[in-house]
Amino acid sequence: MRVLWMKKEDLREFLESSKQFGELWGPVQKGEVYVYDKIDDFSRLILEPKRTLLPVKKLIHPPEFNILRYEGETYKTELENIPRRVVYGVPPCDIHGLLILDDLFRRYYPDPYYITRRERTAILGVSFCTPTEGCLCKSMGTDVVQEGFDLFFSDLKDFYLVWVGSSLGDDMVKVRPDLFNNNITRKHLDKFMECKKERDEKFTKSIDMTVIPDIMELSYDSPVWEEIGERCLECGACTMVCPTCNCYNVVDEPSISGFTGERRRYWDCCIFTEYSLVAGGDNFRATRADRLKLWYTHKLKSFGYSGKPACVGCGRCIDTCPVDINVLSVVRGLLGGKEKEGKS
Amino acid sequence: MNKSNEENPFVPEPARIVRKYDLSDDVRFFQIRFVDMEKALSMRYLPGQFMMLSIAGAGEAPFSISSTPSRPGLLEFCVREVGEVTRALFRLKENSIVGIRGPYGNGFPLDKIKGNNLIIVVGGLGAAPLRSLLLYALDNRDNFGNVYLLHGARTPSDMLFKEEFLELKERDDLQCLLSVDKDPTGDWPCYVAKVTKLFKYVKNVNVAKTYAAVCGPPVMYKFVIEKLVKLGIPKHQILMTLERRMKCGIGKCGHCVVGHTYTCIDGPVFTYWDVTNMRELI
Ligand SMILES: Cc1cc2nc3c(=O)[nH]c(=O)nc-3n(C[C@H](O)[C@H](O)[C@H](O)COP(=O)(O)OP(=O)(O)OC[C@H]3O[C@@H](n4cnc5c(N)ncnc54)[C@H](O)[C@@H]3O)c2cc1C
Ligand code: SF4
Ligand code: SF4
Ligand code: FES
Repeated sequence: MRVLWMKKEDLREFLESSKQFGELWGPVQKGEVYVYDKIDDFSRLILEPKRTLLPVKKLIHPPEFNILRYEGETYKTELENIPRRVVYGVPPCDIHGLLILDDLFRRYYPDPYYITRRERTAILGVSFCTPTEGCLCKSMGTDVVQEGFDLFFSDLKDFYLVWVGSSLGDDMVKVRPDLFNNNITRKHLDKFMECKKERDEKFTKSIDMTVIPDIMELSYDSPVWEEIGERCLECGACTMVCPTCNCYNVVDEPSISGFTGERRRYWDCCIFTEYSLVAGGDNFRATRADRLKLWYTHKLKSFGYSGKPACVGCGRCIDTCPVDINVLSVVRGLLGGKEKEGKS
Repeated sequence: MNKSNEENPFVPEPARIVRKYDLSDDVRFFQIRFVDMEKALSMRYLPGQFMMLSIAGAGEAPFSISSTPSRPGLLEFCVREVGEVTRALFRLKENSIVGIRGPYGNGFPLDKIKGNNLIIVVGGLGAAPLRSLLLYALDNRDNFGNVYLLHGARTPSDMLFKEEFLELKERDDLQCLLSVDKDPTGDWPCYVAKVTKLFKYVKNVNVAKTYAAVCGPPVMYKFVIEKLVKLGIPKHQILMTLERRMKCGIGKCGHCVVGHTYTCIDGPVFTYWDVTNMRELI
């Protein structure tokens, strides 16, 4: 991969120049939380990586959109209005989330909606934030990322290392070659190691993923599922904030005439009762415990076509669940409460 | 058609309802043909695969293909009226246009079944996918050993494809065992018994060279599988097609997932061995 370095103070100018590749988006503060938003006023943009309320998936696999427009039984694809965007400020865990969704939406029957948005969205990653409470990326091996972005900025305090991850990223750099320097020296490498070490020491929580998939298999009948099943409010927040939840529902919305209308896709949630109900009233996951077990199976044991655990350690379920059901508390429960809260 | 439609697997293709008639109180038979004749004649599929049927304004739902690929041109479905899409479908007249896309799912592993005996066990709406397999076997009769059809329904009027199956009783290359739980009118010409009771007529089969295919209401599986296992049919040669809620049919929406298995891609046909390994499958 081509790696360059850039002065910290040049980032703003670079981002300005990248607007020719699409609308600039990035994290902004909204009340007490951070959200990805369109950046018209540069002063709102948060430069250091933050855990946004919703992961970047909201821009690639939006909560709600039209997939088809119909007129009688003639259907027309709705892809034209997908904008080109440049999204700055995406942390490595979110990019890993995209890599997992990429496989799901690209394999077997490529999904044109996901793929078009993904292709029209330049991902500018950022790392070396200070881990906050609940950051688990180091446990999940998602604290570094080698692919899935166009440019990646490693914030090394005095300067950025800039990793060029795609041909589009390369084009973006070429608009302002004066802002980048390709002379990487020992000094840069040392600084990189120093920042990484400093960051690594700041993680306060961990999960031992070498054993958890097996523990999940062994815990199929664990009382933990009943316990959390009783506690869960079925609010669905965990599935919205998780970068690797992709489930959706499809609904037709006819116009008043009834002859034309739209087929819409919107996020669904496997924790909801109706999710697996089939005709005749059979429900293969009738209890909330069963449904939570499916969710945690996906996050901690196997998910998607590749069958690997899908938790990327973003910590959002920890922030979000009103009744403290999250990867950490579930793992602690499954290990019989013995899981020590502390450094790995 | 819009150009971007071509690479979009979510766009249904127009198809015409050629013929329809009632199979029971709430189940209707539909013959459907792609409006595009070349598409109609060139579509390849396997028994056990399904299609997504779409009615604009009502939505989409998965239905097993009931016809056999050995008789190309027309696609046949039998549909129970249960909700929005099926109600809208039941309102349509012959010659109406619907949207279809597919075929999807793995289908029955014909390559493996060929050369073996085949026991088909049907309950209720399970006739939809299994009729396809049965007709395929009959159209390619030399490729199969003994073929059995064990078909159970609550009453004679609930038995789907009753006339068609009664006619098959005349064939001497098929053991066609039909039964009803109850016979209110008293003129049912076949067995009055639970479908599991029909297994006593399956005798002297070389079980190592036998495949079984089961489809019916969830309650049926347990008892039928018990019988098949007792007969000695290997677990990986007992095939079943399973029903899950499906919103896309192509591995994207997540609805049909069991563990990390996508029923719409890895299924809907599973072996009993798969099922014992995935506890939520049945
Ligand atoms: C692989 C496969 C093959 C199938 N083959 C056939 C077939 O050959 N003939 C047939 O009649 N049916 C078949 N089904 C079931 C059929 O898809 C559902 O009955 C249909 O989706 C109901 O749609 P609806 O809009 O009419 O009902 P809805 O209005 O969606 O719902 C009515 C009731 O059905 C339940 N339901 C909703 N969606 C589904 C769903 N996708 N699957 C099951 N239940 C659902 C709801 O929970 C509710 O109880 C098959 C299902 C699968 C997965
Ligand atoms: S399971 Fe929780 S920590 Fe893991 S990726 Fe999802 S929201 Fe983030
Ligand atoms: S966020 Fe917590 S309470 Fe809400 S659905 Fe998820 S587990 Fe249940
Ligand atoms: S039906 Fe959508 S993933 Fe299987």
